[in-house]
Amino acid sequence: MRRFIEKTIENILRLSGLATTIIILLMVVFLFKEGFGLFKNPVVERGHVLCVNASNKIEYLNSKEIKLIFDGKIENWNKLGGEDVAIELFRFNEIFSRYSEEEFGEDYKKLPEKLGEVISSSPGMIAFIPKQYMPSTQQVKALAEEKIGGADFFGGTEWIPTSVPSPQFGVLPLVLGTLLVSLVAILIALPLGLGVAIYISELASYGTRKILKPAVELLAGIPSVVYGFFGLVVLVPLVQKALNLPVGETAFTGSLVLAIMALPTIITVAEDAMRSTPSAMREASLALGATHWQTIYKVIIPYASSGISAAVILGIGRAVGETMAVLMVTGNAAVIPTSLFAPIRTIPAAIAAELGEAPVGGAHYQALFMLGCILFMITLVMSIASELISKRQPGKGV
Amino acid sequence: MRKFLLATLTTLIAVSALYAQKVKGSDTVLPLSQQEAESFTKANKSANVTVTGGGSGVGISALLEGTTDIAQSSRKIKFEEKQKLQEKGDKVVEKIIAYDALAVIVHPSNPVSKLTREQMEDIFTGKTTNWKDVGGPDMKIIPYSRETSSGTYEFFKEHVLKNKNYVNGIMSMPATGAIVQSISQTKGAIGYIGLAYLDKKIKAVQVSFDEGKTYTAPSVKSAMDETYPIVRPLIYYYTEKSEATVKPFVDYVLSAAGQKIVRDIGFIPISK
Repeated sequence: MRRFIEKTIENILRLSGLATTIIILLMVVFLFKEGFGLFKNPVVERGHVLCVNASNKIEYLNSKEIKLIFDGKIENWNKLGGEDVAIELFRFNEIFSRYSEEEFGEDYKKLPEKLGEVISSSPGMIAFIPKQYMPSTQQVKALAEEKIGGADFFGGTEWIPTSVPSPQFGVLPLVLGTLLVSLVAILIALPLGLGVAIYISELASYGTRKILKPAVELLAGIPSVVYGFFGLVVLVPLVQKALNLPVGETAFTGSLVLAIMALPTIITVAEDAMRSTPSAMREASLALGATHWQTIYKVIIPYASSGISAAVILGIGRAVGETMAVLMVTGNAAVIPTSLFAPIRTIPAAIAAELGEAPVGGAHYQALFMLGCILFMITLVMSIASELISKRQPGKGV
Repeated sequence: MRKFLLATLTTLIAVSALYAQKVKGSDTVLPLSQQEAESFTKANKSANVTVTGGGSGVGISALLEGTTDIAQSSRKIKFEEKQKLQEKGDKVVEKIIAYDALAVIVHPSNPVSKLTREQMEDIFTGKTTNWKDVGGPDMKIIPYSRETSSGTYEFFKEHVLKNKNYVNGIMSMPATGAIVQSISQTKGAIGYIGLAYLDKKIKAVQVSFDEGKTYTAPSVKSAMDETYPIVRPLIYYYTEKSEATVKPFVDYVLSAAGQKIVRDIGFIPISK
């Protein structure tokens, strides 16, 4: 009977382990499947087509050119290799101000015909219309349909996912923004965190430790929105005034908030590692005549180094993936960071802010999943790297 | 006993389903719908209205899928969306329940108090980058916008920027409250918010849509007499088939009591 119960428990444990692994793997597969769907999307919004007058020599426009045309930045076809004709923009909704509802006939049957009339009437026109209303006349031609390419996505420098007709999914500003904020955050948090950890574990008296440790742990329990709000109301004006900047919402402000948020993790984990140094080693060091400080940095820190690197990884993990606080204090401007004191936009902030309204299954939605994939890869690379580093530590396992 | 319980439960569910209405969509309309639903259910004890946000687009797609009864929206339904519903053999009914004016705001210390639509277009698309070009001091302009998911973002882009894209790298904030907070802290800032959010920490500018002939300050009054140009309708969409179910609630919103709530929240009532 007892054997049977033990066997069952063993099987349940095995099963739960298996199930968790499978779920995690499935999630990763789902993430990448949704993400890579992005590259099946045309550069023009799905279900729509760009039409030009048949006399136009242009056969194909890339996503960037389309955006510049519809922003009014390119105003003549000769800049794109066509003839010297001014570009005239036409958006589908304008058709309803050119003709009355009755003229479209029942169920908008005459709509394609009317669109054909408009487009063929002007040689320089470029029209953005739904595919189903594509005019059948010879005087109108549709531009070739290109798919969003890897270079557009990974090498693109503009992130304007709601740009019509051609959304811009360049992730470079987001990736660089995320890395910059996290890196600076960890540079701020690491020395501070280690300092506090050493103080609590080695130097503080019993009474101080008893107050300090729970206080630090309390910091970890504060919701990130609260940090974000604190950042927006206190840190943003402070940074702006102290450094005399035009805006206070900068990458630096984000790093400060993230550093504060990563501190409890770093302190707790590093302190635990240091305290787990066997007292025999400590006492041996002191007995050999080493000072307190020599013991700390020759014996305790090397012994705890794997724990300390774990603290660093966990801290970076918290910083890279943190969403809400960063969303509130970094200004969310999707530009490639050129200075630490300019606004940036991070990957998690972009996902959180945009997923709500991105139509499910659309290009924008898939682009956000692709961002999730990138985030996943960043953390993966980081944990593998730190794993390798801590293995090479000579001090490990003294 | 159990059977009896079951029977009561089913009747209860059936009854509540009869009066239960779901309203979903725009976050701008959300506080209004919530207030309306609250006082509506207070007046009609048997009624039950659930209001959720998510954004205008979310509400309308829920209406198309039949998972909500009313879609609340801060933008007009798109032609394609209307077509989709027609393919299903249903028609959409549009009821404007209130208006919302968008105020363009700057830091209170900024001497610029008048802007034309063209100037605003240049500022938000990045053509003008210094306040001295629009009659202010030599100071960098820092434009603030809402997040791309918001209906306010779309409306401002369509109406003021004439469908052009915002400048690459515009500061985008997750909520209106955050915009107010940031602009009140940043000297060169400019942004746009709903009329209801105006307060002393920021300054609203007068705008002109006729190339500088007349400038109007945003207020409930100027929005009501249509002299203020940046006004958008807040709309309830529902289908013809479900008209009977949703009518009591929609009628309540349009009634004098309902429109009083509109005014209290800071939107502009439809009745003049």
